[in-house]
Amino acid sequence: MSEVTTVVLVGVGGQGTILAGDVIAKVAVAEGHDVKLSEVHGMAQRGGSVDTVVRFGEKVHAPIIDTGVADHLIAFEITEAARKLQYLSKTGRLVVNSRTIQPLPVLTGAVGPAQGVEAELQYEGAVFIDAEALACEAGSPRSANVVLLGAASYGLPFAEQTWRDIIAARVPPKTVEDNLRAFELGRAACAKGVCDL
Amino acid sequence: MTRSLMSGNEAVARGAWESGVSVGVGYPGTPSTEVLENLSKYDDVNCQWAPNEKVAAEVGAGVSYGGKRALVTMKHVGLNVAADPLFTLSYIGVGGGYVLLVADDPGMHSSQNEQDSRNYAAFAKVPMLEPSDSQEMLAFTRAAFDISEQFDTPVLIRSTTRISHSKSLVEVGERRVAAPVEFKQQPGKWVMMPANARARRVDLAARLERLSAFSNECDLNRIEMRDPGLGIVCSGIVYEYVREALPEASILKIGMVNPLPEALIAEFASKVERLAVVEELDPYLTSRLKALGIKLVETGLSAIGELSPGLIARAFGAEPAELRDAINDLPPRPPLLCPGCPHRGVYWALGKLKAVVTGDIGCYTLGALPPLSAMDTCVCMGASVGMAHGLGMTGATEGRPVVGVIGDSTFAHSGITGVLDMVYNGAEGTIVILDNRTTAMTGHQGNPVSGKTLVGDPAPALDLVALCTALGVRSVRTVDPLDMTATLAALTEETERDGLSVIIAKSPCALIVRSDADPVAIDEELCTRCGVCVRLGCPAIMKLQTGQPVIDTAICVGCGQCVQVCRYNAIVTVGPACDFGGGLK
Ligand SMILES: Cc1ncc(C[n+]2csc(CCOP(=O)(O)OP(=O)(O)O)c2C)c(N)n1
Ligand code: SF4
Ligand code: SF4
Repeated sequence: MSEVTTVVLVGVGGQGTILAGDVIAKVAVAEGHDVKLSEVHGMAQRGGSVDTVVRFGEKVHAPIIDTGVADHLIAFEITEAARKLQYLSKTGRLVVNSRTIQPLPVLTGAVGPAQGVEAELQYEGAVFIDAEALACEAGSPRSANVVLLGAASYGLPFAEQTWRDIIAARVPPKTVEDNLRAFELGRAACAKGVCDL
Repeated sequence: MTRSLMSGNEAVARGAWESGVSVGVGYPGTPSTEVLENLSKYDDVNCQWAPNEKVAAEVGAGVSYGGKRALVTMKHVGLNVAADPLFTLSYIGVGGGYVLLVADDPGMHSSQNEQDSRNYAAFAKVPMLEPSDSQEMLAFTRAAFDISEQFDTPVLIRSTTRISHSKSLVEVGERRVAAPVEFKQQPGKWVMMPANARARRVDLAARLERLSAFSNECDLNRIEMRDPGLGIVCSGIVYEYVREALPEASILKIGMVNPLPEALIAEFASKVERLAVVEELDPYLTSRLKALGIKLVETGLSAIGELSPGLIARAFGAEPAELRDAINDLPPRPPLLCPGCPHRGVYWALGKLKAVVTGDIGCYTLGALPPLSAMDTCVCMGASVGMAHGLGMTGATEGRPVVGVIGDSTFAHSGITGVLDMVYNGAEGTIVILDNRTTAMTGHQGNPVSGKTLVGDPAPALDLVALCTALGVRSVRTVDPLDMTATLAALTEETERDGLSVIIAKSPCALIVRSDADPVAIDEELCTRCGVCVRLGCPAIMKLQTGQPVIDTAICVGCGQCVQVCRYNAIVTVGPACDFGGGLK
């Protein structure tokens, strides 16, 4: 069903993929689409591997997808980008936060860290964003998930103002300015990343 | 027309409120928990956590007896606990409408097993509705209350993870409070002793006949004719998958899975050339359609785990989407205990004692994973206590102490009777109650031990020491699990003692009481790279490939557990980490 667009957000439990998915879904609704969003609560949220799926279009049936179907894969962490890469269609867009959060088996030395993943993702056409650094630049290191939303927004068919309105309504009132700046920086970085290719 | 984005659970809450529900009661459990949390935000509804699902089902029955509408919520395994009242409430029927929402977890995202609750509806002889999206979660909840009062029966609504935790657009309605059903003492209906129950059993059969007729006529079930070449019978979330996978197929969408619309099924079967059932988990519809003598095309779909649009498309001959090459050899990412989690101290001490640990369900189940690897069993809520008793009787652990560990919410749910059993039968052993002042795993709900109600109001906090003493446990003591020395000492003494002892390891979950302590760091001059701190499994501590452990001060909460286990005093407090506001909350 090509008239449905699918965005998959992947990361580590606690990174805010659910909240980011919620913003994308609300933006899509505000722009008049039918929307479905699927998230998983519970055990995986304690630092496990998590994903959130947002789908929009004229009529969306399934809230989840199979491998090879996603149009956009927005990864909040590098290893998770690699783990969930096969969700992305052959022509899909890949945005990756250039940050690694080592899982516990690596922290304890039980298994080695992933090797060469960045190069493989590069080969797959990833646009890398340093969301933490850009968030600091925006004045608020905790707004990394908003930077990634900015990056995601670049490839999605929604008006910039809609994004700004929905984000402004979602963040603590005192931090609206910082967060909108974080959004800008993420969006701009993605635009630049795509041009660089 | 206002349409808003709602999760399935939010929509059930809305539907219940619109139905004029007066009490919502349940026990937390993924993926059902948010129903009551959302319902409690509406005015004029009293929402409560019960200590377990059986109590919740019975509280709901009392509300119904009093003539008001009640919503009862739980996850699939909770219905095992609540099955006892349910199987007799079906004889009694209702006063005010009685609706029980049960949320199944195909694929076991956050559960110890996968069960298909549709079986319970047939087994307990109660009607069950199965919605497919948030809009139907709302509409079917309203329908369920009406059916409950019209047919004098409890009604089940079955959800699954992908319905409860998916959001879709919902058009809401108005609240309409029906006149309460008059409270009447009717022993023949409400007192289920043999003579009365035999009469009600016959009434129940007649009621099911009436419900069967209703099922054929109501708009919960519907035929969607498209290509008559292939017809699919399906229900719940699977309907959405089939719509996506087989857009041309004709569909019989079943919204009332018990009793089934048998005439409608026969009609649909006569209209299509080939007929198949597509369903997730057990062959519930398949076996019933076969029993009706209906010929089905085999799909070859598995009864294990979740379905997806792709699996269904392939079962009907579609080619899978072309895939990118997988990136292999990635380290796994299991869930873990948070930095500063108080459970960690207990597991470290249990490891030191080489205890055999019967475990239970909650965040603390994560202590079963490496590097702590300190839990040997996990079955169902409360099982840690009975199993410690049983294992202790075998003497099989050869000098290694047997310790049961159980969370505070789990203890209140179903641990108390186990301890009573141990006292009564003169058991040996040690039970540790991990009292982190909350029901953490399911999202930090209040419980009778924490002394917080569902809406966060203070409630009397259960005095665990007094309770265990009153049960007859001779040695009961409290210890702070962040104090590693004291915890190890308490466990050593209590496991060496003859008879039964209970230790209450009391310290709040690191996510409900944020530590204001400064983070710590490792002085590499003093560190001998012995690796003891690494074996705590704190995600703030990383062993570099050189063998040198380092601490990520950005996520360390300064709980001090690693400081205490380091024999070389190499872990020291550093200045405060910076804290910034902002980001999505
Ligand atoms: C019968 C049943 N009901 C509900 C659940 C869901 N559930 C799993 S763990 C848990 C809460 C555990 O809380 P607690 O014992 O306090 O441990 P914590 O997570 O706080 O460590 C619940 C409600 C379940 N597994 N089984
Ligand atoms: S949420 Fe609380 S109880 Fe659960 S792992 Fe984290 S600190 Fe421990
Ligand atoms: S003090 Fe040690 S154990 Fe506690 S959070 Fe920090 S690194 Fe982890």
